[in-house]
Parts: sequence; C-alpha cells; structure tokens
Amino acid sequence: MNATHNPPDELGPRLAEARYVAGETLVTALSLALDLGRPLLLEGEAGVGKTEVAKALAAALDTRLIRLQCYEGLDATTAIYEWNYQRQLLAIKASERENVSAAQAEAHVFSERYLLRRPLLEAIGEPRPCVLLIDEIDRADEEFEAYLLEVLSDFQITVPEIGTITATSIPHVILTSNGTRELSDALRRRCLYCYVEFPSMERELAILRRRLPGIEPALAAQIARFVRSLREEDLEKRPGVAETLDWAGALMGLGIETLQPDSKRLHATLICLLKTEADLKSVTPEVFGRLAGRAA
Amino acid sequence: MSAGGVSATGATTLDMPLAARVAGFVAHLRHNGIEAGPAETDAALRVLARGAAPTLDEARRRLKILLTGRRGEWERFDDLFEAYWLARGRVRTRPASTARVPAGTPSRATSNLWGERAGEAAADRSLHPGAAGADTVDGKGEAGRNTLASRAASARHAIGRTDLRHVVDPEEMKLATEVACRLARALRYRLSRRRRIAPRGARIDLRRTIRRSLAHGGEPFTLIRRRRPERPVRIVLLLDVSGSMQPYARYLLQFVRGLVVGWDRADAYLFHTRLVRITDVLREKDALLAMSRLALMAEGFGGGTRMSECLHTFNDHYAKRALDSRSVFVMISDGYDTGEPDACVEQMIRLRRRARRVVWLNPMLGWARYEPLTRTMRAVLAYVDHFAPVHSLDALAAIEPELGAL
Repeated sequence: MNATHNPPDELGPRLAEARYVAGETLVTALSLALDLGRPLLLEGEAGVGKTEVAKALAAALDTRLIRLQCYEGLDATTAIYEWNYQRQLLAIKASERENVSAAQAEAHVFSERYLLRRPLLEAIGEPRPCVLLIDEIDRADEEFEAYLLEVLSDFQITVPEIGTITATSIPHVILTSNGTRELSDALRRRCLYCYVEFPSMERELAILRRRLPGIEPALAAQIARFVRSLREEDLEKRPGVAETLDWAGALMGLGIETLQPDSKRLHATLICLLKTEADLKSVTPEVFGRLAGRAA
Repeated sequence: MSAGGVSATGATTLDMPLAARVAGFVAHLRHNGIEAGPAETDAALRVLARGAAPTLDEARRRLKILLTGRRGEWERFDDLFEAYWLARGRVRTRPASTARVPAGTPSRATSNLWGERAGEAAADRSLHPGAAGADTVDGKGEAGRNTLASRAASARHAIGRTDLRHVVDPEEMKLATEVACRLARALRYRLSRRRRIAPRGARIDLRRTIRRSLAHGGEPFTLIRRRRPERPVRIVLLLDVSGSMQPYARYLLQFVRGLVVGWDRADAYLFHTRLVRITDVLREKDALLAMSRLALMAEGFGGGTRMSECLHTFNDHYAKRALDSRSVFVMISDGYDTGEPDACVEQMIRLRRRARRVVWLNPMLGWARYEPLTRTMRAVLAYVDHFAPVHSLDALAAIEPELGAL
C-alpha cells in the first residue's frame, strides 16, 4: 500500500487541491494513518469537517471513497454482505426442472454471484486501496463495534457458505464519532486518534477563500471573525464550518459587502448559522450588533 | 507514586538511548492514566523514526495522535509531554478539581529552573526525562493515594457533619440493592432495532428460511422468524440532597448505590447547589469508603437547592453522553427550588428531548394529603411521564409494577 500514496509532506497541499484546508495536526494524523496502515478515529463537534476529511483524502489519493453510515441497529447484513434472496429463490425454482442434485443447487445458489456486497466487503475487495469512511461509529451498537474491530485487524471476512474472503487491498480507514456514546477501549487502542477542533480564524478564512473564490477578502475576514466570536457565545449548537460557508454564500447572494451591526436584513440571515430556536432567540439584534461591531 | 518528584523512570538519565527515553515516556503516560504499553513504545519509536528527524512540535503531534485515545487524554497530553521532555514541571494535568498539592512537591522555583535549562536542551534535541515530571502524577485516582492521611481525616469530619454512617448497615444495604434492581428490571423495555431469531417473531428471517428450504428442494416449508430482543435500559439518576431532602437522604443514597452497583447501565448524580457525578464513587467496593468519599463530594450537603442550574449543568455537560433514546431519566427530589420555575421548565424540555422517559420520584408525595404545591413542582409536572412517592424503601418497592407498565 505504500506504493500508492505520496510522501506525507505533500499531503497538505494535495488536500488543499481537493479543496480541504487541513490543520497541521490533521495532516500529521492522516499521513501517520497512511504510513502505519492503521485506522484513524476522528472525534469532534458536529460541523468541524470530519466527514469532509475522508472525501478530501480520497480525492487527494485519487481513489474511491466507500462510506458506511452507522446507525442504531446496523448489522452484518447491511454492513458486510447479504444474500440476494430473490435471485436465489428464482434460481432454485429454475433448477427444479433441470434435475440437479440438492448439493449442486446449494453450491450454485451460494456462490459469489448471489452475494450482495455491502460497504465493508466492498472496501476490502477493491483492486486499489480505497478510503473507507465509517461515519458516526458511536451510533452503532456495541455488538457491531466488536465485529468491526475484528474486520479492522484481520481485513478478512468469513462468509460461512463460501469461506474466508481475504482483502485484495487494505483500505485507508477513517472513523468518525460525535461522542454520543463512549467507544470501547479496544477500538480506541486499535486506532490512531485525532480530536478535531473548530478551525482557527486564519484557517477558517483560508477555507472561505478556497471554497468561495469570488468572495471579497474584507468580507471573508469579517465573517471569520464574527463566526469565531459567535462560537464563544453560550449556544446549544455552535455553528460549524459548513454553516459558515452557507452564511458566506448567502451574504454574497444578497450582495452584502460588509457586516453592518444594525442591519435587520443581516440579522435575518443568521438562520444559516444558528439551527435551533433557542439559539436564534438568544442572539438578539443587540447581541448581533455587538458581535458584528467587533468583527468589522 | 510518592508525593515527591520521582519520575516514572526513576532517575534523570540524560544519556539514555532514545528507545529507553521513549519507554520512560510511555511509562510516564501510564502513570498518569493514559493506557499504553510495550506495543505503544514500539509504535512510538517507529513513528519518530519516520522520514527526516522531526521537529519537537512534529514529534509531539505524532506521539499525541498515536498514544491518546479520547478527548480527555488529547487535552492533557501536551502538558504531560512538556513535563517529561521539557521538564516544565506543571502541577497536575488531570481535570480533577478536588486535588490537593501533595506535601513533598518541589517548589515552583526549582521547576522553573528545570524548565529553562531543559528548554535549551530541547533546542538541540537532547530530550531528557525531567525530575519534575512526576508532579503531574496526580488527579482523579489521587483521592485514594498520596494524600491518604489528610483525606481520611477530612472524610471523618464530613461523616460527622452529615451523618452518613448509618447508610452502611449491611442488612439495609442488601434490601436497598434488591429493591433497586427490581425497579431497574421493571424499567426494561424493548427498543432494539436489531433482530434475533424467535419462534413467534413478527418478521421472517429470509436468510435462514432459504437455507432450510434447500433440504426440501427449495420449498420453504419452515418459516424462521425473528423479532426484536429485549434490551436493558439505561438509567440516569439525579438525587437531590439539599436540606429539605435530608430525612430521606439515607435510604435514597442506598437505593442509588444499589442501582449503580446492581445495574450495569446506571449513571448517578447528586445535586444541591451544584451537580456532582457519583457513579464511579458508588462503584467502590468498600461501602464505607464509598460513602465517605461521597460525603466529601457532597460538600454543601444539606444546603439549598439550585435545581435549574444543576439541570442546566447536566444538560450541557453530561446529557449528550449519559442519555440516549434507550434511557430513563429518574429525578428524586421534593421540588423545592430557590430558582425561578420557568428556568427549570426550560431545562426539563431540553432533557425530555434526549431521554426516552422521565420519572420523578418525590418523597413528600408519601405524606397524607400532600399536593405538589411548590411552584417548580407544579410547573415541571407536565414534562414528567411518571410521578410517584418514595418516602421509604417500601414505597420504592411499591412503584415497581407501575414503572413496568409505562
């Protein structure tokens, strides 16, 4: 797998090419994960760009991204493989007239043709190492976590009817977690770990420029400053990078050039940043004016 | 872990090979509660040897990514790193607020001296384990270690003050545990989304049905079914230990302890003017030790109540992790609050969104002709699924069937 990726020093710029502005720590984490071939566990608040990392990494390595979205009740049939029952039933019916033995019919029906590959199986069957994103692992239950651990250490999957399928390539695994459940120590020890913070003001500015090339530099700087001080307010849900980008896009669309502290219209655009009613109420026009005044 | 400044490796060894120093660092982390062993040392060396010699910052980042596993560790790592490699000698990096500076801590002046000298040393990359490194060895577990004598003394003091000794009557304890576990079982309910094979399940397990049908030439004679298995519920308890609750505190604490000890998926907090998480303390095997530590934590035990603020703290800091769609939130309080009812209602609404069910147990309800008259109690009643009396262990036992029926 070492042959396919680039020296770590190049990873930062390559991610930037993929329109992802990563902090130093994250770049180190990603290059270590690639180097050691170990899964990387990313934790952090919603909206700091954990999922985007995986997409950018796939783009930077010019490989496929396979995503497994976790949820409560996720089990082997949706994560690993499932038999295609409809086709199996048809095949059994069809074979009735052909006078084959039960053993033959069974061997036929349980062949790879009738196997539906789900993300985990698909990822280890790729000809070239792909990026496997296991999103929001904390939502899956403990049983699945234990199974995942096994897959992540051996990179082989046993299908009773066929046998053991070994990986043709070892995927680069990225796991994300929002911390709604404590993950097991075993999983944490298996993974490299990186806590992703909200970007610094400079980095957020860089992200704005990168993602919205047409933005006025002065407005971008004001937005970055404003969002940063907004995050320090007592909010239920602090705005993430995606929200900042939405808001910047909205402001550009409205043709706004600077953040006017007393603008009613601007205050109305806060719905792009604040996603709960309580937060919207707590940022009154006065609070908005204060923050905008400081940012301008 | 003596109170003095002995680092995990023992001596200051400037000329040790890198491998030994890294091993020392891993031991230093382990002593500070970050799980790491020989496998990690090995990996750390490999990580450091990668590519050109890394700068100190880059080395720190690499080790941090490799050796930490959760947010708390992530945040403490920088201090631990500096304490070991740069001998900055910061005192305590754990978030524990109750920690006390051990008697034998070297003076700050000495530590700073070390820091300056080591800063230069670090510049030419001759990293060495510092004498002050062990100053960081302290923290959460510290209550049981270096300050044992002084802690025991204050524990006795606290016991005298709040009279928690009676809580450890073994007979009563057993009964309380029993009742608590019965209640916990009553709260169990079905919510798993996973399915297991069950003879009379609602859904057909296609995979196994087809497998079985092969024996009959593809005719699915026997249908195999599956249904959702029962899953244990998670119970989160908030116990009010303010002045007005004092007469009940004794058996209620027993109940809470019984629940935490007997039920794996229980989480307990107590509050008066502030909120304290007590699950780990209650899991202590020695009941007397547990109760005395609890008494220490419950400073202000018997004081006023700031319910809305405590709920606010809970919602902000603990709720996300403690509650999920499979949790029952149990509040044990008489509803006397010094704050405004509106603030309390607001927090109850936030709480309701996270918990599956909200149960409010009120000891006053056991009184004849008691009506929930306090303003707060009346205001929050609308957000409670079940409201029941708990003036004695018997009353607790009596609510079992009702909880089961919820």
